[in-house]
Amino acid sequence: MATPLLDVQNLRISFAGKPVVHGIDFSIAPGEKLSLVGESGSGKTVTALSLLRLAQNATVSGKAVFTGVNAAERTASGSPPRAPVELLSLPEQSLRGIRGRDIAMIFQEPMTALNPLFSVGNQIAEVVQLKQGLAQAESWQAAIKLLADTGITEPERRANSFPHQLSGGQRQRAMIAMALACQPRLLLADEPTTALDVTLRGQILDLLGELQQRNGMAVLLITHDLNLVRKFADRVAVMENGHIVEQGAVAEIFGRPQHPYTRKLIDSKPQRDGLAGAQASAGPEDVAPMMRAERLRVAYPVSIPGIRGWFKKAEFVAVKGASFHIPPGRTLGVIGESGSGKSTLALASLGLLPFSGQLQAAGQAWSREAARNKAIRRAVQVVFQDPFSSLSPRMTVEAIVEEGLTVHEPKLAPAERRERALQALADVGMTDAQFPGLLQRYPHEFSGGQRQRLAIARALIVNPSLLVLDEPTSALDVTIQKQVLALLQRLQRERGLSYLLITHDVDVIRAMAHEVMVMKDGDVLESGSLSDVLDTPQHPYTRVLVTAA
Amino acid sequence: MSNSTSDGAFVPAAGAVALHISPARRGWRRFRRNPLGFWSLVLFCAMVVVSLSAEVVSNDRPLVVRYEGTFYFPIVKDYSEQTFGGDFPTPADYLDPFIRGRITAGGNWAIYALNPYGPKTLNYFAKSPSPAAPTRDNWFGTDDRGRDLLAQLIYGFRVSVLFGLALTVIGTALGILAGAVQGYFAGKTDLVMQRLIEVWSAMPALYLLIIFSAIFAPSIALLLILLSVFGWMDLADYVRAEFLRNRQMDYVRAARALGVSNLQIMWRHILPNSMTPVVTFLPFRMSGSILALTSLDFLGLGVPPGTPSLGELLSQGKNNIDAWWISLATFLVLVMTLLLLTFMGDALRDAMDPRKAD
Repeated sequence: MATPLLDVQNLRISFAGKPVVHGIDFSIAPGEKLSLVGESGSGKTVTALSLLRLAQNATVSGKAVFTGVNAAERTASGSPPRAPVELLSLPEQSLRGIRGRDIAMIFQEPMTALNPLFSVGNQIAEVVQLKQGLAQAESWQAAIKLLADTGITEPERRANSFPHQLSGGQRQRAMIAMALACQPRLLLADEPTTALDVTLRGQILDLLGELQQRNGMAVLLITHDLNLVRKFADRVAVMENGHIVEQGAVAEIFGRPQHPYTRKLIDSKPQRDGLAGAQASAGPEDVAPMMRAERLRVAYPVSIPGIRGWFKKAEFVAVKGASFHIPPGRTLGVIGESGSGKSTLALASLGLLPFSGQLQAAGQAWSREAARNKAIRRAVQVVFQDPFSSLSPRMTVEAIVEEGLTVHEPKLAPAERRERALQALADVGMTDAQFPGLLQRYPHEFSGGQRQRLAIARALIVNPSLLVLDEPTSALDVTIQKQVLALLQRLQRERGLSYLLITHDVDVIRAMAHEVMVMKDGDVLESGSLSDVLDTPQHPYTRVLVTAA
Repeated sequence: MSNSTSDGAFVPAAGAVALHISPARRGWRRFRRNPLGFWSLVLFCAMVVVSLSAEVVSNDRPLVVRYEGTFYFPIVKDYSEQTFGGDFPTPADYLDPFIRGRITAGGNWAIYALNPYGPKTLNYFAKSPSPAAPTRDNWFGTDDRGRDLLAQLIYGFRVSVLFGLALTVIGTALGILAGAVQGYFAGKTDLVMQRLIEVWSAMPALYLLIIFSAIFAPSIALLLILLSVFGWMDLADYVRAEFLRNRQMDYVRAARALGVSNLQIMWRHILPNSMTPVVTFLPFRMSGSILALTSLDFLGLGVPPGTPSLGELLSQGKNNIDAWWISLATFLVLVMTLLLLTFMGDALRDAMDPRKAD
């Protein structure tokens, strides 16, 4: 087809005078799958939102010409194709007719995108009723059919479910059913799989591809995940800081990236530090392990509904008897999906949760008395996932990094403390030269990757021998993730640190771990050396995990 | 360290404008950008300063007297009438035309306060019966006992503001303490304290006040204690919610993993991050406190008789409805105070709103 379905020219978006998208051009042909890829803050989501003028407080200029005719409408009335419309200058009322019917959107987090007070069937039926004018009973049937199309099992029962009763994957399927209710010509998919577990991502993407083929609609997929782009899209446009730096066919871009940023993105898969393997060659049996767990079990009390709940509590077992040991200078990678108990395992090994079974760190077991734990507290430190909540926003870098010293070496003079803090910060690659007045700064002045470095410095200052890394890079952009992982490997090599690495990302495990433990629903499914588990997985679930990545 | 740069060089933070500004400072900057709130604060502070120096502004004793070559300071020291050539060894009445004549005649001079009446001054030499309408002598008129209304208002405002401040500070401290303990320790502690608070808040505070004012001699201290005891619970709920939320944050977990003590975690980590509702409510609590005192005074349950008080003036205004100046002036002062506090509170709430950018 000669005329593109959507032709965007010189799109500029700014918030309160601050430009975030600087004049981008792209077009989507009917039935085409275009992917807009970029890191956080590159302006990709706001681009999609402003096409439907859903970006609040944004000043949008440029042209977005949409030449779409609703398929259902055409077959029904036989009317000629509607004239192209310019989405950015269309009156609000006409635009409302296009939203949902000709151009639909699905969002990253289905839990917040669905109304918790209505059943999913109701919400889908409402769209059908509104946009196609069907009667109530018919629209309910249509909703069930749409749900069935998305591959939800027992669609009739699920239609009566409320969003919180569905799993994450089912919710995203319901969102897709709602978006496709009017057979739109264009689907804007904003990170549709980011909030889902890896094994589900493939399924949802396959579903989108299948529905796209069946309905002949075009898809604008917004993502930061290059794997998705490679598997799904026909063409790709790479965004950096509000500019499209490169666009073209997927094979071409991935095969011969022209722009340095594209190359950096493609090259951002985590890599193993070449030097790390050589040093950690000492047999793991020779030395006492830094951490040893035998039949570690963690359970939470949960309340029972009804009158029985007044008298006793049930138990939810988050970790059902995990046994492992971590030798000095080695990394145990724990991989699993959300709800597998891996983060609980991390908190228990920090002595922050009550557990049963045996758990020794640095040759000492956790005690119930805080005073007796002081030595192990020093030996076992932690880096958390979210760099924004892991640093107190009201403390300076100096206060944050020095805190460990005030606990474990209270006699240190302030000048010495400051010296040590600067040293720890230099170890993670942050110096006063790069950031003038580094110690007096507050966390909000740093980016996600830099904050993660601060969190590592805070842990390192007490000279721990084991670091618990709870998804240390999953909140970071891919290029930053690579840098932080390289830093962690260097620190391990230089200081002989042991790591307990919790992650959902097989690529991170491949780059970092020496031993691997696979968890699902609190059970350890499989454990062993990296090559054994990832190259010749025994358990079917591990196989799914490895192939999904 | 040959490989140490492999983990990436990074770009120093762009736009080195907003360096090293603590979140509190940023909040203050946002507050300053709100003209209504900021000027309310300035005006309110000015009013408080004036009322704090009430003895200089409004006093029946002159500040300085130069009498027969000697300096006298009646504002800080009592002198008898005989000092200034009177007949009796009683404290000098500086409004007495005779004394006034003595200390201002010839080479003698006296500097009177701007408003030459104290809060309890009865002008025995007034020209009209009390309550007297505003005149050159009494700018705002007098009340039904012949005391100067302006002096009453200045001193009454001071009592109200100081009382409101004390009540706010005590209530806030108690609220933070209870909320922090509940929120941080959660679980059973929280459950038990929450029930206790519910029982406590079900007590009929007003009736207790009436009963207590019948048993004890009324005093400001008693009033402060009684109102504090019942005035901290709403704040405790907010602080508790903040602590419940913040104790789950990763920076608290990281501090626990470092072995920081509970007290330190509460003080250094959670409290500074839980102050938003506390600070936001301060002006509103203050205006609530002032209003509470005024209402009790109006009902006659408040400060001891003779203490200058806005509520007592309102009650006088009600009893002397044709002496319009009493009600009007008191009403205006009260409305002004509460309005300024509300404007400040609104500005503060906007400044502390995390959703608002700088």
